[in-house]
Amino acid sequence: MKTFRIGGVHPAENKLSAASPIRQAALPKQAVFSMFQHIGAPAKPVVQKGDIVKVGTLLAEAGGFVSAPVHSSVSGKVSKIDSVIDASGTRRQAIFVDVEGDEWEETIDRTPDLVRLEARPDLDAKAIVEKIKNAGIVGMGGATFPCHVKLSPPPGSKAECVIINAVECEPYLTADHRLMLEKPEQILVGVQLIMKAVGVERAYIGIENNKRDAIALMKAKAADYGVEVVPLKVKYPQGGEKQLIDAVIGRQVPPPPAIPISVGAVVQNVGTAYAIYEAVMKNKPLIERVITVTGKTLAQPSNLLARLGTPFSQLLEECGGVPENCGKIIGGGPMMGKALLNTEVPMTKGSSGLLLMPVEESGRGKTEPCIRCAKCVSACPMGLEPYLLSKLASNKLWDEAEAQDVVSCIECGSCQFTCPSNRPLLDMIRVGKTTVMGNIRARAAAAAAAKK
Amino acid sequence: MELILIAVGVLGLIGLSSALILFFASHKFAVYEDPRIAQVSAVLPQANCGGCGYPGCSGFASACVKASADGNIEGKFCPVGGQPVMEQVAEILGLAVEAQAPRVAVVRCNGSCENRPRLVQFDGARSCRVQQMTGMGETGCAYGCLGCGDCVAACQFGAISMDAETGLPVVDEEKCTACGACSKACPRGIIEIRLKGPKGRRMVVLCNNKDKGAVANKACKASCIGCGKCVKTCEKFLAITLENNLAYIDAEKCKLCRKCEEACPKGAIHAFNFPPRKPKTEEPAAPVAAPADVPTAAPAEAPTAEKA
Repeated sequence: MKTFRIGGVHPAENKLSAASPIRQAALPKQAVFSMFQHIGAPAKPVVQKGDIVKVGTLLAEAGGFVSAPVHSSVSGKVSKIDSVIDASGTRRQAIFVDVEGDEWEETIDRTPDLVRLEARPDLDAKAIVEKIKNAGIVGMGGATFPCHVKLSPPPGSKAECVIINAVECEPYLTADHRLMLEKPEQILVGVQLIMKAVGVERAYIGIENNKRDAIALMKAKAADYGVEVVPLKVKYPQGGEKQLIDAVIGRQVPPPPAIPISVGAVVQNVGTAYAIYEAVMKNKPLIERVITVTGKTLAQPSNLLARLGTPFSQLLEECGGVPENCGKIIGGGPMMGKALLNTEVPMTKGSSGLLLMPVEESGRGKTEPCIRCAKCVSACPMGLEPYLLSKLASNKLWDEAEAQDVVSCIECGSCQFTCPSNRPLLDMIRVGKTTVMGNIRARAAAAAAAKK
Repeated sequence: MELILIAVGVLGLIGLSSALILFFASHKFAVYEDPRIAQVSAVLPQANCGGCGYPGCSGFASACVKASADGNIEGKFCPVGGQPVMEQVAEILGLAVEAQAPRVAVVRCNGSCENRPRLVQFDGARSCRVQQMTGMGETGCAYGCLGCGDCVAACQFGAISMDAETGLPVVDEEKCTACGACSKACPRGIIEIRLKGPKGRRMVVLCNNKDKGAVANKACKASCIGCGKCVKTCEKFLAITLENNLAYIDAEKCKLCRKCEEACPKGAIHAFNFPPRKPKTEEPAAPVAAPADVPTAAPAEAPTAEKA
């Protein structure tokens, strides 16, 4: 069975909610929409305090090319434009909407009927990308990179195939798994739309072998849509873009500034494919998503279809409330997710999971000296030397860290996971990566200024 | 015996010829260096702290000598040596030097454990920079001290240390040379290199919180809420400005009248090194401000627990 070549780890899977069907979460009393739900420039509010909005009304427009608009996921009245602490732990500008009823924009098609690509011959690549852009769709795997940017390859590069990321390699999370089981055909139409948007004939869906029911179902349906299902060996971080390309088509993306399109691949998450289907065929902007709420001590680990802007506290209530011995609540999966500052954080486009860790599992172990076992080197999926990079960063040797390619780090945390001495490897590597990237940008800016 | 003589003779010859080669080479390939660079370098503290903005003391010395060709060394200052050293440098170069008032590092945060309770626990590497990348920190204040001591590690002079009780760094004014290393190390820019003031007396807003008043007030008992009362009391001297919900006292304009200290409803303005007031005025007016010898600093703690 296929997988990526270098490194990787296999944490305990703990897919507790794999068997629980997606259920609709209740509407919140107040929905909060952060202007920073994507990578790139923040969205700019276009509504004011007191405005009446419906489900699907545009709240904020994109702040640039690499940016995405934000739509209301509820109907009601804009109560204020203020700031909120989001899942990244930072205070961000946000629009607060007090919910009244559930009235939708009339342009949105709410019928459950499947619309096939053949039924819409009017759609060309440009129209599809435009619709995706206006719907505010971003990468739903958690990276939240604006989707239309990926579907507009830079001049000189040519896409050869589309790879759909249905790997869900993070332990605990099952949102993508359930989505494939419940909406397979919608996803496949979404894949066709992506193929048409970038003008390619081939598409693959990479699914890890711990979701056999999904592999079987998608295989049965995919043939009709010209899509190939690729079962993959279970290994973290297979859902990383570069790892997935290597696993599925056996090509390795060179170090930055090369991007996946340089090897002819366009990668999209399976949740994104579904959102694209809804946006293009049903005219529905990105206003809700599936989120896994899980944890060993949680009463009912579930997959919820929740409106964006719903506070996490409400989702937790729906799954039985926060258990007593909860030590940490993580937004996202256990490997790359981030511990939340409080439970009033609103759900955003990138919220793929909400994970409760009991006290005994939530702390890091005591940090011991490095014993030079090189487990981190074996585990690094990018072929880096994490022990060295973290040492260089803690000694502020930025140039050496740059020479060791610290910017290639994808921050998957495999090194830290595997370290027997519990060293904070990734913490320090992140410091190095941010500093080196800052240095590179400063040099580029200086070079540009000198040119002028 | 003969063997020994041969060995001594051969080695002696080799030594002699090498000495001759080195002698001629040192003259032939000599690089001229302004002797004043060595002289200037000799009077510098040799701390190589980089506080002057040049790479080490010899870098600063060359820069001074180079600038002296234009007739002035304005803008060049050794914070460690201070005025006496700069006078010596100017004398060597035959120039006049402008008087520079002494400066000192001030930690602009008073969010001690008491003033600013911890809401979460940070579990990662003990480094302010790492904590800063995780967002808010352990408290509700996104601007206050993170308390991991990056500034302590950056100080070459042992002038800054963490107070275990408050969780805030404390600057030893005697040892502080105002080189600015701590200020650069602080990811939140809390530490300011400020004028020391006459007899070390100065007024400082010990807060860096730029959030709106309500948010800042909730986060910390000693935060500046941007109410502007201090600005009003200082209408005469216009030393206090209010920007981004944060008051700032311009040390150049401040007349040390201490009226702002009394006006501040949150006790965020501190008077350093003033003699103790008569108890009558002190108790009701400024509960927080202890005019201590040590600049108390403040703050806080750290960001939230985070998982890599």
